[in-house]
Amino acid sequence: MSSQSINVETVTTELDNILEMENVSVAYAGNYAVKNVSFNVARNAITSIIGPSGCGKSTLLRCLNRMNDFILDASIEGNIRFEGQDIYAREVDAVEVRHHIGMVFQKPNPFPKSIFKNVAWGPTVNRYQGSITELVERSLKQASLWDEVKDRLNDSALGLSGGQQQRLCIARALAMEPNVLLMDEPCSALDPISTAHIEDLMFDLKSRYTIVIVTHNMQQASRVSDYTAFMEMGNLIEFDESERLFTRPSNQRTEDYVSGRFG
Amino acid sequence: MTASLTRSTAKQAHHMRRRHAKARVFAKFCGLVTWLGTALLLVLLWQIFSDGLRWLDIDFLRSFPSRFPERAGILSALAGTLWLISLVAIISIPVGVATAIYIEEFGGKGKLVKIIDINISNLAGVPSIVYGIIGLTLFVRGLQLERSLISGALTMSLLILPVIIIASREAIRTVPDSIRHAAIALGGTQWQTVWSHVLPASFPGILTGVILGLSRAIGETAPLIMIGALTYVAFVPEGPMDSFTALPIQIFNWVSRPQEEFHELAAAAIIVLLVVLLSMNSLAIFIRHKMEKKLQ
Amino acid sequence: MPDITNGQVRWHESLIQGSLGFCALISIVTTATIIFILTRESVGFFQVIPVKDFLFGTSWVPMFEPSSFGVLPLLWGTLVITIGAALICIPIGLASAIYLSEYASAKQRSIIKPVLELLAGIPTVVYGYFALTFVTPALQYLFPGIQVFNALSGSIVVGIMVLPMVATLSDNALRAVPDSLRQGAYALGATSYEVTTQVVVPAGLSGIIASFLLAISRAIGETMAVTLAAGATPNLSFTFLESIQTMTAYIVQVSMGDTPAGGVAYQTMFAVAGLLFVITLFLNVIATFILKRYREVYQ
Repeated sequence: MSSQSINVETVTTELDNILEMENVSVAYAGNYAVKNVSFNVARNAITSIIGPSGCGKSTLLRCLNRMNDFILDASIEGNIRFEGQDIYAREVDAVEVRHHIGMVFQKPNPFPKSIFKNVAWGPTVNRYQGSITELVERSLKQASLWDEVKDRLNDSALGLSGGQQQRLCIARALAMEPNVLLMDEPCSALDPISTAHIEDLMFDLKSRYTIVIVTHNMQQASRVSDYTAFMEMGNLIEFDESERLFTRPSNQRTEDYVSGRFG
Repeated sequence: MTASLTRSTAKQAHHMRRRHAKARVFAKFCGLVTWLGTALLLVLLWQIFSDGLRWLDIDFLRSFPSRFPERAGILSALAGTLWLISLVAIISIPVGVATAIYIEEFGGKGKLVKIIDINISNLAGVPSIVYGIIGLTLFVRGLQLERSLISGALTMSLLILPVIIIASREAIRTVPDSIRHAAIALGGTQWQTVWSHVLPASFPGILTGVILGLSRAIGETAPLIMIGALTYVAFVPEGPMDSFTALPIQIFNWVSRPQEEFHELAAAAIIVLLVVLLSMNSLAIFIRHKMEKKLQ
Repeated sequence: MPDITNGQVRWHESLIQGSLGFCALISIVTTATIIFILTRESVGFFQVIPVKDFLFGTSWVPMFEPSSFGVLPLLWGTLVITIGAALICIPIGLASAIYLSEYASAKQRSIIKPVLELLAGIPTVVYGYFALTFVTPALQYLFPGIQVFNALSGSIVVGIMVLPMVATLSDNALRAVPDSLRQGAYALGATSYEVTTQVVVPAGLSGIIASFLLAISRAIGETMAVTLAAGATPNLSFTFLESIQTMTAYIVQVSMGDTPAGGVAYQTMFAVAGLLFVITLFLNVIATFILKRYREVYQ
């Protein structure tokens, strides 16, 4: 189609892929926001999707946990497989998909409830069989927030700072014990210190979870991710190991973008 | 450790199915209840139309009330209502809009404005019958205006003033400041800005509020009963100091009678009332549309 | 040199501003007048009838001898109507609001919203008519022993009348809940029932409760529908199937009768109206307070 440079086969077929995307296209009322994108997400790695505003990266991300189901005039073509299963198959329950694939949003969106209840809500509603209190503590520790809130778990989540709220949202997502954590520009509403905090967090989480992060911050992508997909105007331009993509990109457009010539 | 998209135990699968069933039932329940409300309106209107339609003819509009159902009509009531609306409009629209303009454009953020603000939202919630008592004491007895149209109009104006003020304030507030700044920068005074720019821009919203208020005034019965609008009036009022009756009063009077025919007459009168209300609202929507088109 | 001193224009402006301010003062004068008139007459009344007898007495016979002035039957009548109306308008209104904001499509909204506006604009005397000609006969079919004038009929009709208010205001409250909250909840793998009842409704609760309070206040102050439907018998009994009298219906009864002005019987009107005013004012103030205080709860 366009001059895509995808090293999908060489890069990730030997690896354990938890998510596979094949010829994925997304249209809103006939206008294509994502055009024929194919790449795989490796297990226990951080994959980032970068690109200029409007390139379709968030739209693509939202397909992975079927959040685009809520947009009435969105149509999705192609194949998205989680652990080998087509998540858009008729017999698949979208609610179940979201138990395995969690999401953290761009702007922190804690519920107007207590810190404890925020983290506990998801598991409670899903009839978690173990001790909720331990789960909450574990999740808050994994999100590197426990020490700051352990004495005020019953305080309102809205009293936390922006960075803390975002870590709370991460803890909330982790409490569902997902396999994959999707992050849609999680640091774009935060200050540099909180951003650094969350980036450190991602390294810790990698061993247990697979992370897919959409970001418009190239430095962040190159710092944090193992694999990077570069999109432009709905197309996947290049997908490679991050180290290679940022230092020796195969595609001229990629080179232009990462060196700041546009976007 | 690979994950499957279906729950591993039958119990968990069953639990998931129940959650989905609950969600479906809930959604259907809310929908059913809502459409029930819509159906209710249709039932109400159907009841009124089927009861009253056969009494609705030109004689009905031209006759005075009578002890004999065949001869009874709403001429005096209709005349009274039209008189009332005109007077109420003349009194309440200028005062209401002026108050809104003052609060939004000239009042600033001081304490006075806050007091007026709280005041108006409280007045909006006072039962209509209390306004009736005030009208009785202040206008009928106090100012010695007797049980006249002007007493009724003044009482109704007080009642609907909060409605007009609140709606007008909303409308004025939505006018962007950039328009005001542009006018002031060209050397206009504050009032000139308001008159030439803010008012025209907020006209649709103000009109909506006015129609809302007047609709309320047409339909309210309790205050009129309190100030003594008569129930048997066999003449058309000729001036603001005349005594009067109004459509809601006539309806109330007929509904209170035991005979079936008078109930049906009441239904006919209700049809007329609803037609008047509908016309007012349609006119307002039409004018609003035209104005909004022009402003774009 | 151009003249930039104050000229005639300023004088004009001041006059206009003054007139506008004068109009604004009318609203304050109105409240002052209401309070003044009600207080003055009530004070006169309470000089004859002790406040305790009025507020706690259980017999209301102001027009005949032996007279007694306990307002509890009227208060009870109002309460019965209000509770009955609330039982109808609160669940149905809230369910409609949930449907409108969470489930209905834009097209469905475009039908239901105007219907609600229409229902809200129907004059109260029409609801009284509806009570007598449709609801009461239906009730008489269902409950053969029921009186023609009964509290149930009044309750039902007032409930329907106030329904659009609850639905519209609660719908506004729910729509004000940011969509990001819903997205966050759905992303955790929850069903629409769980998201709506455990996240969205609690988040919009202040607006919803304020709408309930405003609706109840409206039901308390309602006159024509209850006068026509529920009758004029002050009554402290526990049944919905009998005739009762509300505070508002009583006031109408007095003004339509031949009670001479100035007597104690006449002044009962003001005492009852004063009580009515205080109760509705109280509810409205609380509703406004709740709305204002919890408005910024999302950020």
